[in-house]
Amino acid sequence: MSTIASLHIGELAYISEESLAEIPLKLLEMGCLPGAEVELIQLAPLKDPLYICVNGSHLAIRKETAAKIKIIRVAK
Amino acid sequence: MSKKRVINVALIGNPNTGKTSLFNQLTGLNQKVGNYPGVTVDKKEGTSRLSTKLKAVITDLPGTYSINPTSLDESIVLKTLLNSKQDKTPDVIVVVADIENLKRNLLLFSQIKDLRVPTILVINMADQMKRKGITLKLDLLQEELGNEVVLVSVRKNRGVESVKNAIVSSFEKAKSSPLCNVNDRIDADYFERLKQLNSNYSLYELWLMITQDSFPETISSEEKQQLISFKNDSKNLKKYQHKETIYRYQKINEILKKTYLVDRSKASDLRARLDKVFTHKIFGYVLFFGVLLLIFQSVFDWATVPMDYIDGAFADISGYIKGQMPEGVLNSLIAEGIIPGIGGVIIFIPQIAILFLFIAVLEETGYMSRVVFLMDKIMRRFGMSGKSVIPLISGTACAIPAVMATRNISGWKERLITILVTPFTTCSARLPVYAILIALIIPNEKLFGFLSLQGLTLLSLYILGFATAIIAAIILHKTLKVKSTSFFVVEMPDYKLPSIKNVLFDVIEKTKAFVIGAGKIILAISVVLWFLASNGPQSFKDVEKNVTENVANQQLPQDELDQKIASAKLENSYIGIMGKTIEPAIKPLGYDWKIGIALISSFAAREVFVGTLATIYSVESDDDDTSTIKEKMASEVNPETGGKRFNFPVGMSLLVFYAFAMQCMATLAIVKRETKSWKWPLIQLFGMGALAYLAAFIVFQILS
Repeated sequence: MSTIASLHIGELAYISEESLAEIPLKLLEMGCLPGAEVELIQLAPLKDPLYICVNGSHLAIRKETAAKIKIIRVAK
Repeated sequence: MSKKRVINVALIGNPNTGKTSLFNQLTGLNQKVGNYPGVTVDKKEGTSRLSTKLKAVITDLPGTYSINPTSLDESIVLKTLLNSKQDKTPDVIVVVADIENLKRNLLLFSQIKDLRVPTILVINMADQMKRKGITLKLDLLQEELGNEVVLVSVRKNRGVESVKNAIVSSFEKAKSSPLCNVNDRIDADYFERLKQLNSNYSLYELWLMITQDSFPETISSEEKQQLISFKNDSKNLKKYQHKETIYRYQKINEILKKTYLVDRSKASDLRARLDKVFTHKIFGYVLFFGVLLLIFQSVFDWATVPMDYIDGAFADISGYIKGQMPEGVLNSLIAEGIIPGIGGVIIFIPQIAILFLFIAVLEETGYMSRVVFLMDKIMRRFGMSGKSVIPLISGTACAIPAVMATRNISGWKERLITILVTPFTTCSARLPVYAILIALIIPNEKLFGFLSLQGLTLLSLYILGFATAIIAAIILHKTLKVKSTSFFVVEMPDYKLPSIKNVLFDVIEKTKAFVIGAGKIILAISVVLWFLASNGPQSFKDVEKNVTENVANQQLPQDELDQKIASAKLENSYIGIMGKTIEPAIKPLGYDWKIGIALISSFAAREVFVGTLATIYSVESDDDDTSTIKEKMASEVNPETGGKRFNFPVGMSLLVFYAFAMQCMATLAIVKRETKSWKWPLIQLFGMGALAYLAAFIVFQILS
């Protein structure tokens, strides 16, 4: 199963409904919701943290958090 | 409608929405910074005239994404709102949102709204709508939210008057209906039982109390106990909180679908282009290093001009008063105690202000978040977080705001390590010590014609401070056994030009707080030192007679005799005795008892070093001597060698000692308050003290 951590820079996906329990409340409150669109904008030089845009919010999160949030890739 | 003429208004909003800009526009210079009772979070308050009849006391609450707090700063918001049945609590809440992140901002709005306090929604940065391709149906939005909405662009000073009018009208209406009331949809049975528990508070208030462990002051301990045991019986608390948030967003999405449209093709990609540069894996770091260099260079170069001027001016004032006032204790207290004491505080203002200016600009532009992003992984290797960079940079101004700035680091271990190592960074209180020692021992020459040797020495001391902080962090990371879960999320705000007003207010406020806070200690110590230096036991009183008798056959000129008397007086004063007592311990470091006096007083605050030497040497020197402290130190002779007292090995040993030692009581007090234990400040005091002694010893022994 893919997670946010497996996105490529510039790739779009949707957050999977299964992840709800895995997403920390604070991230949920900042707009990182199941069903929301997520894009990986930039990776920090050591591939961690990840700079994402989710639901219109631009956020930086760590790889360990990103690896818990499952996504559904958009078919190209 | 109540009759009171002054109402309380609270500003609430996400970080980076321009909340503080709005606060500055509403209150102008009528603002002050205080503390919330019991915590050290700054409370910003100001007054604003809303209409001919109505005045408001406006509180700028800390920025937060949700009413559910994850940090101490954020918990203030909930505390203020839950105590809404008391006097000092908001009559009207202004929720500040920005147009680009309206969806996320509405989450907080929906939570506030459910508390049923009269609320207005201010949507800021309306001038950006066109550039970002946003259209908003304002009337429909007001209808859907059941609430007054005001569009403003605070930076362009547009709409501030309508905010005032909206506050007045919503105060007069004095009611508010909840927006979501989602609790019933989560688990009707569970929430019915919670509701039955207590009828004095609304269901949402009770829900907040049990999920956030935050209770209003007015609640009885019986009611509180009841709620806590109800909470302990609940199994699905976390799940319910997740569900609540999802429901809120569903409702918000429904509303925004009808009222808020974004045409992405029109959106400018300035952010993306700037991010490519600022977060680039090479240029990003090069730029960051350049910014740091610029800060340090300007602190040493620009600030020295006003500092020299201040130093000279205070020497002149002191000399003038000495000459004009009748001789006696009062003259001596003012000219030798109080004036040099005040001078020792004022002299910091240029450096502190410049440092705070840079930090404020970096925060305002949004660049600081990029630094956090770039540095997080690197800092984690040292047991810290990307967010530790801000405290470490702030630490170059003062460790006190830096320790407080660690609050948004959510992992306790990361936060603790940052607090413990921050005092190693070169704070501005060390700068006057460094500046004067460097000026004494390093020649004012240029390397290769452009690199100032003195500047390079200062830069090396900054690097030494940072490097020690990092090494200490690695050691703590490996040895500290502290349980901690860390969670990291940083918003990357849009880039903005900094608002001059915001930056200036920030700089003035922080500088003022520092000068008053540290100034009190420095001034008090200066006066105590003056007393200890001008009084002493019986031997002190006999000094004049003894010296005159001893040298009676040498036919000394009057001024040389006076010098000898003053010198002997200092040696026999209380402070001289204290210095002599510790002299054996500090001799291996190259110091004499006079430096010993300065070291003792520095444990209250480092900057006192310069002031102390100023006091010691002005007590010692003859009456019309108004030379600056630097000249006095340069001419001080080591009687054992006949050479200068402040020669190269002694100067270097002192520099190293001051780089490492934890000599700031104010910081220790803050660390105690932030870590809620004496253990950590004591570890800092003794750990850093031992390191300083050892390092100074090695440096002096090698160099001499």
